[in-house]
Amino acid sequence: MKFLQKLAGKRRGIDDLVFDSVNVVFMIFLCIVMLYPMVNTLAVALNEATDTIRGGIYLWPRSFTWYNFEHVFGESQLMHAGMISVLRTVIGTAVSVFCTAMVAYTISRKEFVLKKFVTIAFVLTMYLNGGLIPTYLLMRELSLIGTFWIYIIPGLIGVFNLIVIRSFIEGLPDTIFESAKIDGAGEFTQFFKIALPLCIPVIATVSLFVAVGQWNQWFDVFIYNSHKPELSTLQYELMKILQNSNASMTSGNAASAFTQAQGGVTETVTPQSIRAAMTIIVSVPIICVYPFLQKYFVKGLTLGGVKG
Amino acid sequence: MSLQQTPTPVGTSPKMPAERPTGIKLFFKKCKEQKALLLMSLPFVIWLFIFRYVPLYGWTMAFQDFRPARPLLEQDWAGMKHFVFLFTDPRFFEVLRNTLAMSFINLVLGFVTAIGLAILLNELRNLTFKRIVQTISYMPHFLSWVVAAGLVSAALSVESGIINIILNNLGLIENNIMWLGVPEYFWGIIGAADVWKNVGWNTIIYLAAITMIDTEQYEAAEIDGASRLQRIWYITLPGMRPVIVILLIMNLGYILESGFEAQYLLMNPMNMDYAENLDIFVLRYGINMGNFSLATAAGIFKTVVSFIFLFSANSLAKRLGEARLF
Repeated sequence: MKFLQKLAGKRRGIDDLVFDSVNVVFMIFLCIVMLYPMVNTLAVALNEATDTIRGGIYLWPRSFTWYNFEHVFGESQLMHAGMISVLRTVIGTAVSVFCTAMVAYTISRKEFVLKKFVTIAFVLTMYLNGGLIPTYLLMRELSLIGTFWIYIIPGLIGVFNLIVIRSFIEGLPDTIFESAKIDGAGEFTQFFKIALPLCIPVIATVSLFVAVGQWNQWFDVFIYNSHKPELSTLQYELMKILQNSNASMTSGNAASAFTQAQGGVTETVTPQSIRAAMTIIVSVPIICVYPFLQKYFVKGLTLGGVKG
Repeated sequence: MSLQQTPTPVGTSPKMPAERPTGIKLFFKKCKEQKALLLMSLPFVIWLFIFRYVPLYGWTMAFQDFRPARPLLEQDWAGMKHFVFLFTDPRFFEVLRNTLAMSFINLVLGFVTAIGLAILLNELRNLTFKRIVQTISYMPHFLSWVVAAGLVSAALSVESGIINIILNNLGLIENNIMWLGVPEYFWGIIGAADVWKNVGWNTIIYLAAITMIDTEQYEAAEIDGASRLQRIWYITLPGMRPVIVILLIMNLGYILESGFEAQYLLMNPMNMDYAENLDIFVLRYGINMGNFSLATAAGIFKTVVSFIFLFSANSLAKRLGEARLF
């Protein structure tokens, strides 16, 4: 109770006490709901696969093992997919953020002749899009299907990110750019030497959005590159495992059959344990990064939301 | 061929922003002065036209009997055939029903929960605790739908799912429920999964709106003896109204976007009749069955309806004297 009181803070009337206590209890409940699925998955991932089938794994593993992770890391296909995931995240984010920032800089310049035209051309695409099939045919026409570049080029500039960066640059004091101009700085110099360094908070936000989007993407792999195992990503591999176990769920219990077949070996894996281990592997990088950028993305989102 | 044709008419329109009678000349003079800015943006405008506007030209496919082996300009025209087929196909209406139902449920649930949570977060007095709750509530938003769908199907699994275990222990059910096997539960599951994933994230914008409210109003209300709930009802909620209206308008424009990933990943043969939405319909007809024309017709239907919704909502807001998008 002391603890609850401390969280609830100072109050005056009895009404306030009730309100604050209920609120704090609700928030704790909310946190449990948000965290439990992940914690449970971690426990399953660290538990022996055959033991998991017995059920009853909640917050911590019953029979601890690293074997599920070892198994995932031991599969060369999954390792390769991990490399592609990292590559598309790193390259995709760097290229996309740079290009987005550059266009955002140009449409933030009041004197730019095409300011209106470029802005409207981009914003319109938020509401108008050709849809899946025409886009697919275009990719085929451009021979992007079956290449790594289909992960980078079609999504090069996101309109929302463009607006967020533009709003940020427009909020910078004009005098900085004017004095640079008087000193003879061209547009490129102003962009690289002034706009980019000052934009670091918003660049951090947009980078997070783009990187998370790249890392989590599976649909483009599924649509364009499912015939190319060498271009598969971790999320797509996880998606395939999920689809398989969903299918087995509706057509009898294939999961247990699989383990029985390998029964003689001391350590086995099941689709469930592999899925848990992979879920942890693909989620941990993001979970480790986003809390540190919280200050930035809250600001970035608000800026884009209000002005966009 | 087709790639070079569409951009041309649009590419000449920048002549529009000319301000003075000497329009075109002035425009070219300015262009010369702003070579660097043009160099920095035009390559991406070309990218934009190829990747975002050229696909619009593909809409013609919906009025053709499209055969992938032929170039787009040499297809046989089919008139409205595919639209007629679409609107007489009972499956299409089921799909439309699912789409509207799921996006309506997501919209209402999403709004109510995010606004509610934002208000409750704002009422927390211990700022460190508030920060921690916020950080935790943002977490699911950063997970992919593949992961989220995996977590959802694990939580709902018949034998070991936490939902069944809790309901069982509370004595609310006798036999474990196969949640993903009962079609009627699917909309609710998607709604709940969507709330779980996005409620924390969606509070960000509302919390920002709350901080814009003048604190003097709260002080005055306190002096007048208004209770916490009264202050929420008479100050906080009205203060959030402009933001709520704007977001509502934006979301009405996406009324046919009920989401794709969650449905696709949680769908199975048993719940398919309630799970298949427009996007999955397009994917199934277009990519899996190769009926590009019909799939494109369904896609066009979606875009056109969304546009109509967006504009109607916007003009409605205008008439009601509320903030609006454009």
